[in-house]
Amino acid sequence: MKPEVFDVENADIAWCSGCGNFSILSTLKIVLAELEIDARELVLVSGIGQAGKLPHFLKSHTYNSLHGRSLSPATAIKAVNKDLKVIVTSGDGDMYGEGGNHFMHTIRRNPDITCIVHNNMVYGLTKGQASPTTLRGMRTSFQVEGVSEEPFNPLVVALALDASFVARTFSGDIEHMKETFKSAINHKGFSLVDVFQPCVTFNKINTYQWFKENTYHLEDFHDPTIKMKHLRESWKKINIL
Amino acid sequence: MSEFLFQEDVSIVLCGEAGQGIQTIESILIQSVKLGGHHVCSTKEYMSRVRGGENSTEIRVSSKRICAYVNRIDILIAISKGAIYHLKERISNDTIIIGDDETLKLVEKEDVIKIPFLKTAEYIGGPIFANVIAAGVISRILNIDKEIFNECITAMFERKGEKILKGDLKAGEEGYKVGENILKSGKIKIEIEKNPKIRDELLLDGTEVVGMGCIAGGCRFMASYPMTPSSTLQVFIAKYGGEFDIIFEQSEDEIAAINMGIGAFYAGARALVATSGSGFALMEEGVGLSRINETPLVIYVGQRPGPAVGLPTRTSQEDLDLTLYGHGETPKIIFAPGNLEDAFHLSQRAFNIADKYQIPVFILSDQYFADIYYNLPSIYLKSVEIEHHIVKTDENYKRYELTDDGISPRGIPGFGDGLVVVDPHEHDEEGHITEDQNLRTKMVEKRIKKLDGIKKDSIPPELIGSIDYSILVVGWGSTYGIIKEALDNLKREDIAFLYFKQVYPLHDSTKKYLDKANKTIIFENNVESQFANLIKLQTDFIIDKNVLKYNGRPFSVEEVTESLKSFMEVF
Repeated sequence: MKPEVFDVENADIAWCSGCGNFSILSTLKIVLAELEIDARELVLVSGIGQAGKLPHFLKSHTYNSLHGRSLSPATAIKAVNKDLKVIVTSGDGDMYGEGGNHFMHTIRRNPDITCIVHNNMVYGLTKGQASPTTLRGMRTSFQVEGVSEEPFNPLVVALALDASFVARTFSGDIEHMKETFKSAINHKGFSLVDVFQPCVTFNKINTYQWFKENTYHLEDFHDPTIKMKHLRESWKKINIL
Repeated sequence: MSEFLFQEDVSIVLCGEAGQGIQTIESILIQSVKLGGHHVCSTKEYMSRVRGGENSTEIRVSSKRICAYVNRIDILIAISKGAIYHLKERISNDTIIIGDDETLKLVEKEDVIKIPFLKTAEYIGGPIFANVIAAGVISRILNIDKEIFNECITAMFERKGEKILKGDLKAGEEGYKVGENILKSGKIKIEIEKNPKIRDELLLDGTEVVGMGCIAGGCRFMASYPMTPSSTLQVFIAKYGGEFDIIFEQSEDEIAAINMGIGAFYAGARALVATSGSGFALMEEGVGLSRINETPLVIYVGQRPGPAVGLPTRTSQEDLDLTLYGHGETPKIIFAPGNLEDAFHLSQRAFNIADKYQIPVFILSDQYFADIYYNLPSIYLKSVEIEHHIVKTDENYKRYELTDDGISPRGIPGFGDGLVVVDPHEHDEEGHITEDQNLRTKMVEKRIKKLDGIKKDSIPPELIGSIDYSILVVGWGSTYGIIKEALDNLKREDIAFLYFKQVYPLHDSTKKYLDKANKTIIFENNVESQFANLIKLQTDFIIDKNVLKYNGRPFSVEEVTESLKSFMEVF
């Protein structure tokens, strides 16, 4: 199967040039093709935000939901028809802010769905306000004196809730992202993939360069016995699982 | 002490603290009464607490069919000390009070029957048996065969083990002895006609009938968050869902519930959510989603007084406006059943009609209606069928295809070769985001066009009473039985009752009925007369008199009767 089967004809892509979303989209298509997933058996579910638009650019059944609400319909769709492959695409504001409660409880439910969170540490669609993952000190039009809160750490929360699959990758590390998506989609149960992704328009701090310099690979990726170590690693501000 | 004779109707009220087992006595007694061949109707009021306070249940036993609350108390069984104070406004000179001698120590009233309930209960095995002793007393006074009573006790307590069952049977027996003594004293005599046919009738409450209607409507998924008075419907589906392949999920909040419901319907399972008050307010965002992504959903709203927490366990008809309005403009349907037959058929229909028009359909109930029990001969099932409105898609499938009637054939993922794309933004025919102004106009018109068909399918109001009326009483939903009985009491040829079971959109015949009357009066459990406002908005008709009750309690038959009498005296 070729990734092009997932292309949407005449799609009016709404992302800025250079956006990390592009490589997430193209990598997801490659992975779906490699896994031989039929578009007719695939439902992409999203919320609102720049990441939430992804399903409109990938040929599949699509359930574009409300802001923060993607996990609830995704859970129900899978419960109603287990033959469907259900993948959620969301952003840091959508998933960890507006959808925070659903995020926690969906992890507890552990439905067989994959949740990809485009984490650019800033709000894009509403133009540059802080998201739950924005680093302290960043000034925005709303946080005029800089963000004062500690950023939300989705990996620690997911691990603490005993999520069955937790991963982080980076949109600038295509190979790693591809393997991570693949493992997540193949995982039976809830799989969380937090994808670091630069916002070229609104986040001048967490750039491609910055991510390259501040991230590293964990080598013992698949060893489930080292959850506590992962938890400790996740406490550090930035890393790749 | 005077003698009390009841030949047509007796109103028995049980009152005690939360946790004293009032509901258990209610269940045993209403079953016994029905099996004994009497018509029965019970209603209840309770406080928002798990222990203490004062809760009461009214059980009416009658020679006629009844389905309404009366203010009158003929016999009060006071289980707790606070019962008398709690019901002081309803206790009259014609009320006989039966209670524990300790409880009634300070009651200075002639017609009091003091019984050592607690001592007897202690003797049997503990105070928990007091309620069954009380049930036995009532059952004996009502001349119900002891075998029938024991049958009901066994049905209730069998699962709790032999020891408890034995204790309860003994408690019932003690109650029968006390009842026997009361009858021998000649203080109370109940000679209400029995009809053995009633034995085989159904005895259900508003919640159960809605639940059965939902199952008959093909419900396959329910997600909800507990909230009185809608929790009982959730309990019903959770309990029976397994037998009917229904997925039931308690969600983390109402927002998740409604979003799960819409997702389930999208994926092919007819879905239901139930909520109340501020839980419903939380769902409003999801209602908007169902309206724009044109995915059907059935929403049960158990109304209670608000705003916010309001009176959590009380009744009201305050949420019509919230159901009716909302952001954006697309059609919806609102049902408000007032009797058990309608509750079944409307709940069943809700799924067909939601699916047909791809809209949210609301079932408006309230605490009073959710909790009312009465017997009915049967439910007509011949007309009940599940209408299918799903299409098998092909490669060229467009979810929001522009059509003449505004209905775009609805496909579901995995059924056919097409892709089903749904979207909460304005969208093109395929379901992708658009800001094209011409397309926006077409899509708005497509959605609103569905209203033509919805209106044709709407259910007319039901006229009860004389067709040559000059006075028309208007009511909707749960006030049905109360208004109907008040009219029966008045026995006048010039008055009729127009009962609305579909409150939106209104059937075309509405105005004709209203115009025919010289005078009109409406009864509503809210302060703004929300339904009268809706009638004015839709028909330009202004109702003459609005009788409004908003203290969290239902209207009583007496209240409605008196209001109608004084209304008729005016002209």
